[in-house]
Amino acid sequence: MSAATIVQLPDQSTARIPKMNFLTKENGLLSWLLTGDHKRIATLYLISITFFFFIGGALAGLIRLELLTPQTDLMAADTYNKVFTMHGVIMVFFFLVPSVPATIGNFLIPMMVGARDLALPKVNLLSWYLYVIAGCMAIYTMAAGGVDTGWTFTTPLSTHYLNTHVISTGLAIFVAGFSSIFTGLNFIVTIHKMRCPGMTWFRLPLFVWSNYAASILMVLGTPVLAITLVLVVLERSLHIGVFDPAYGGDPILFQHLFWFYSHPAVYIMILPGMGVISEVVSTFSRKRVFGYTAVAFSSVAIAVFGFFVWAHHMFIMGISNYAALVFSLLTMLVAVPSAIKIFNWAFTLYKGSITFETPMLYAFGFMGLFTIGGMTGVFLGATGTDIHLTETYFIVAHFHFVMVGGMLMAFLSGIHFWWPKWTGRMYPEKISQLAAIVTFIGFNFTFFPQFILGTLGMPRRYAAYPPEFQSLNVFSTAGASILGVGYLLPIIYLTWSLKYGAVAGDNPWQATGLEWQTQSPPLTENFPVIPVMDHEAYDYDWLEKQEQKEVASVG
Amino acid sequence: MSDSSTTASGAVVDAHHEHPPYQRHHFESVDQQFDATNFAMWLFLLTEIMFFGGLFTAYLIMRNWYYPAFVEASHQLNIGWGTANTGVLIVSSFTMAMGVWSAEMRKKGLLILFLSLTFILGLAFLGIKSIEYSEKWEKHHVPGLNWSDASFVNPASDPEVHKLYPQDKPLAPDMAAKTEMYFFLYFAMTGMHALHMIIGISILGFMLVRARAGAYTTGHVTYVENFGLYWHFVDIVWIFLFPLLYLISRY
Repeated sequence: MSAATIVQLPDQSTARIPKMNFLTKENGLLSWLLTGDHKRIATLYLISITFFFFIGGALAGLIRLELLTPQTDLMAADTYNKVFTMHGVIMVFFFLVPSVPATIGNFLIPMMVGARDLALPKVNLLSWYLYVIAGCMAIYTMAAGGVDTGWTFTTPLSTHYLNTHVISTGLAIFVAGFSSIFTGLNFIVTIHKMRCPGMTWFRLPLFVWSNYAASILMVLGTPVLAITLVLVVLERSLHIGVFDPAYGGDPILFQHLFWFYSHPAVYIMILPGMGVISEVVSTFSRKRVFGYTAVAFSSVAIAVFGFFVWAHHMFIMGISNYAALVFSLLTMLVAVPSAIKIFNWAFTLYKGSITFETPMLYAFGFMGLFTIGGMTGVFLGATGTDIHLTETYFIVAHFHFVMVGGMLMAFLSGIHFWWPKWTGRMYPEKISQLAAIVTFIGFNFTFFPQFILGTLGMPRRYAAYPPEFQSLNVFSTAGASILGVGYLLPIIYLTWSLKYGAVAGDNPWQATGLEWQTQSPPLTENFPVIPVMDHEAYDYDWLEKQEQKEVASVG
Repeated sequence: MSDSSTTASGAVVDAHHEHPPYQRHHFESVDQQFDATNFAMWLFLLTEIMFFGGLFTAYLIMRNWYYPAFVEASHQLNIGWGTANTGVLIVSSFTMAMGVWSAEMRKKGLLILFLSLTFILGLAFLGIKSIEYSEKWEKHHVPGLNWSDASFVNPASDPEVHKLYPQDKPLAPDMAAKTEMYFFLYFAMTGMHALHMIIGISILGFMLVRARAGAYTTGHVTYVENFGLYWHFVDIVWIFLFPLLYLISRY
């Protein structure tokens, strides 16, 4: 495989990490806690979301262990309810939503558009602090006894019947929501107003386009969730409310308001991941992304359609048949821009010079698993099928194929891809390829059986199940332990590489983005001089000429 | 921090031209800085629209469901105070706009005058609002904390309002109970609005201190202008709240 690689590392005997970079510019805890540098804030985010990912992952492990046997033997049923609720809350609001945008996006978007920083550095830092405050509230909730409503806070269950910490969780998500609003707002402003000379909209890398689309969703959707949770908290504390039928409220109204955010939220989670895949696929097949304009607009189309499909979460909740019909149709429309992306990536690969470095392996994982996850989404969008499959493990499997198989794969792909830029050092290639493959295998073992379980009728959110479902559940739990290894490996070797990894140089992948044309790790102000974009995105001929020019000027 | 003027790698010194002290280092020009922060404020106001939008949706749906309860509960609001407050806010929007104008014209004395007027009008709004809130408390119309639906089950027990609206009929107990939801939404919406006012007034106070030091009259008006946008937005929310809560059942 080494022959067919594009990696171009500098001569390791003389290579050095640049003395001045954003990591070394200032030292001390305060220089981090009061920083305005988007790259440092991205680093803070990376550390914090990794922390929450492992909490959420540990909870997932507990869920799978409990489901190893049909009886409720590891924990009591109500403990199980708390465990899966906290797993959902932490993974959705504290990992998936901020994962790619707040870490990789934060790190890259200013560099990709050729700016020195995000437009509002202080707001960016505020966003991280809000995230940390929200995270502390979530941890407090867990320590105080947890919450067992499910991550969807279904009323009147959450406002009337349960005696757990709904209020602190609700407020935690409220605060986390503002962190996400500020990130999205910052991205939109930066992409509109901070592009360098020559950087037209259609020269932006597709990663920027997809983050732009996700930011629109964050800015328009999240406030609705925020106010909905305020109403739930008020309803719980004052016992009057607009959602609880016992007080004359309307629980369906809660569903409308909640899913008005929470459906677009899944696109907030997946769109930035799709951006990562566009970058990776182009780089490792040495071709411009096929149908650049179509891929760019498909991100925006997903964002727009995403706002008009929320009621497909409510087909069994008593919305009218006509509404169900319209929302079913609109839901299936989302498959079109998603398919545009998948097909265009496939055509990008076609006749490309494909190499299989780790980011590419994760990207292949993404494409396969996201396709399955997306297609099963069409099953669920069909009203008739949905009535059979909803609230079963089919939904769980669908969601995890998109979020874990899709988003998490994309996140890991991106982390590996930009690791040399971020730290100046390469991750170890062989073991990380192994990790990518282990993750893929473990993932399929974990979640594929759940499609079958769901079709057979095993409901979600129960600690116990009929004994005939055990063999598939054992499969799933075994797969989860493989998956766990797949996720532990990167944290070990990536930490190792911080000190011992090979020095990467500016552009180890020979990629075309502006972020690769500066030193790694970058300077605090990203570029010594603001660059001028004089070529299209993904222009590998331009890159080649650039190198010849450099050689000529050195000679 | 990123806006320190020494550049990281020693060889690369700040190549670009001198810039005024209020220009943050990561912007290329003052114009870009103004454009970006102004755009950010508009976007923030967009999120605020969505934030209040959820409340308005809930209000309109519930109003449709429990129309009689909402009509009679709305009669409890004091239209005089409401109109006065609307007037106060519209005038404060005018003084704020004049404040922005004086900052642009670099008239420090006028800027301080108009910001102080806006500050006082903002406080006046909150004062009137607190009179209204205390009326509700006295009449046991605070849901959850101090509640009685006597005024709606038996309108005659509330002679003040009954005199004004003699056509109001007693509501059946289950419909009368829904007036509590009206007041819940009333307090949620006006409370959220008042919270925005309090934040606005605090920022105004901060700006007054800075304006006295001459901060906004040297050509850098971004802060005043963006705050003006926020202040007008909060006014506009009230312009929607006032007819929806106070006027909608008066024909």
